Amino acid sequence: MATNVRTRDGGPATSRSASRRSHGEGLFRFLATGAGVVLLAIMAAIAVFLIGEAIPALRANQANFFTELTWDPNGQQVFGIAALAFGTVLSSALALVIATPIAVGVALFISHYAPRKLAAPLGYLIDLLAAVPSVVYGLWGLAFLVPLIRTPSQWLNEHLGWFPLFAGEGAIGGKTMVAGSIVLAIMILPIIAAISREVFLQAPKMNEEAALALGATRWEMIRMAVLPFGRPGVISAAMLGLGRAMGETIAVALIFPATFDITFEILTPHANSIAANIANGFGEATQIGRGALIASGLVLFVITLLVNMGARLIINRRKEYARAGA
Amino acid sequence: MTAIQHISTSRRIKDRVVQGLVYLAFALAVVPLVSVLWLVISNGMSRFDVEFLTHSMNGIGARDVGGGAYHAIVGTLEQVLLASVISVPIGLFTAIYLVEYGNNGRLSRAISFFVDVMTGVPSVVAGLFVLAFWILFLGFSYSGWAGALALSILMMPTVVRSAEEMLRLVPVDLREASYALGVPKWRTILRVVLPTAFTGIVTGVMLAVARVAGETAPLLMTVFFTNSINNDPFTGPQMGLPLFVFDQAARPNDTAVDRAWTGALTLILIVMLLNLVARLIAWWRSPARGR
Repeated sequence: MATNVRTRDGGPATSRSASRRSHGEGLFRFLATGAGVVLLAIMAAIAVFLIGEAIPALRANQANFFTELTWDPNGQQVFGIAALAFGTVLSSALALVIATPIAVGVALFISHYAPRKLAAPLGYLIDLLAAVPSVVYGLWGLAFLVPLIRTPSQWLNEHLGWFPLFAGEGAIGGKTMVAGSIVLAIMILPIIAAISREVFLQAPKMNEEAALALGATRWEMIRMAVLPFGRPGVISAAMLGLGRAMGETIAVALIFPATFDITFEILTPHANSIAANIANGFGEATQIGRGALIASGLVLFVITLLVNMGARLIINRRKEYARAGA
Repeated sequence: MTAIQHISTSRRIKDRVVQGLVYLAFALAVVPLVSVLWLVISNGMSRFDVEFLTHSMNGIGARDVGGGAYHAIVGTLEQVLLASVISVPIGLFTAIYLVEYGNNGRLSRAISFFVDVMTGVPSVVAGLFVLAFWILFLGFSYSGWAGALALSILMMPTVVRSAEEMLRLVPVDLREASYALGVPKWRTILRVVLPTAFTGIVTGVMLAVARVAGETAPLLMTVFFTNSINNDPFTGPQMGLPLFVFDQAARPNDTAVDRAWTGALTLILIVMLLNLVARLIAWWRSPARGR
């Protein structure tokens, strides 16, 4: 056994074993580098092929792709991204407004408030939220959330209808923008909470202890030592959540009523998004229709790419956050 | 106790209020989880029977009771397996490049950055890419394999990140001891580094599998729909369990919605099981690292 190992690996370098060794080494290095390059190539290929398949449809478009509201590529070949992009941005922004404060609270709870022994299992509980498939959230939203928020929606509309977001006439509640946004908020909460938690845990212990030693309460210590340190991390976590909310498809495809208009009245059944439109429109799409959906997917890809790159640049700039990337 | 007395009432109240808010935030986050799980279990149990697990939807009319998700379960298992076969080698080798060969050079930093960015690629975009490339450009038909291609794009960054983290945990001493014995670098990686990191990598792969097993959007435009059993992932449309749920949930009658809930229950069971086993492996190997 011992001799075997020596002659095969560590023995005196005869020309044969040396060449075999460098072959192996070269091949292995080639495979490793090649795999990394393949990953880069896939990212490039996504952009190239989406553009390539979108161009014929965009040529056939009878309207301005960026300003048109309606989406009728199969019939009149009139379609535009304006209403869909608006819906994507509004629903994700609402989701972010709902999810970020709760996620920061959850992160503080796990990192600074929960008893040590319970912190890990409770953190795992939050991670489980991310494990629930998106289609299940859609089903839950349809069957549970939509009926649940009907009455509160009507109350808000009646009493706070002067506020533009809560305004609207006719049918209030049901499959609305706000229902989809709440589901999106639940789905992005775990990622924002997980990254914020990591960042809060990395706040310098010295500063925390110094603050406590000077007589600060727990909240004052967090405000002085933890939050300033964690702010860039929370911001980039929120941006990652935003990117995820924008790309989320199936849950909102089930909940949004697929209308094509621009309105801030989030309690009325008018809502759609780029991703939801792709999922709902794919089944009946003609060739031009598929190209049009690919074009809208390209817009989504570019938007999420920019949001994600921004978030990553913020994280990567701080070396302290090295471990926080999720 | 004396220290407390020096703290003014307003500061103490503020501290208490924030503590209350933090606890409330956690409670708010747990409510949807409990609600989702409760509804899925209570609604899904009614149809969680042998027929559901062993029959397809072939020949089941719009309002018929019965029918099942066997075709979808088979499809999902095959697609996820194929996706792993594609993404694990690429992901693992990329991680090896980043840890062992990259030396933090320009290429390595570019790859590392784009792996992060890739985690943010929306799943529907991955599906559209495979549609544009594999089906429209190369002219292949809808198949389980096309779905696996889309899923593998979503799996890769997760595999790279977790494998990279595990490889970095392997002590440099181990590598140096191996080099000192004259073992070339690639054999050191193969025989020393990878076995040491093995369980961690398995955990990461299983979490990645759990993540993509629930993806619906990329399947929608790659595997298409079918109501009958198709065991061959390379020819003809297949079904996937998430797609089954989406399809049945969108139908207007109660029998279909019941099937959707049971499909959701099956899907959650598969995903949670993968998660649980992955975490158990991780916990069993290194109880000290758990936090």
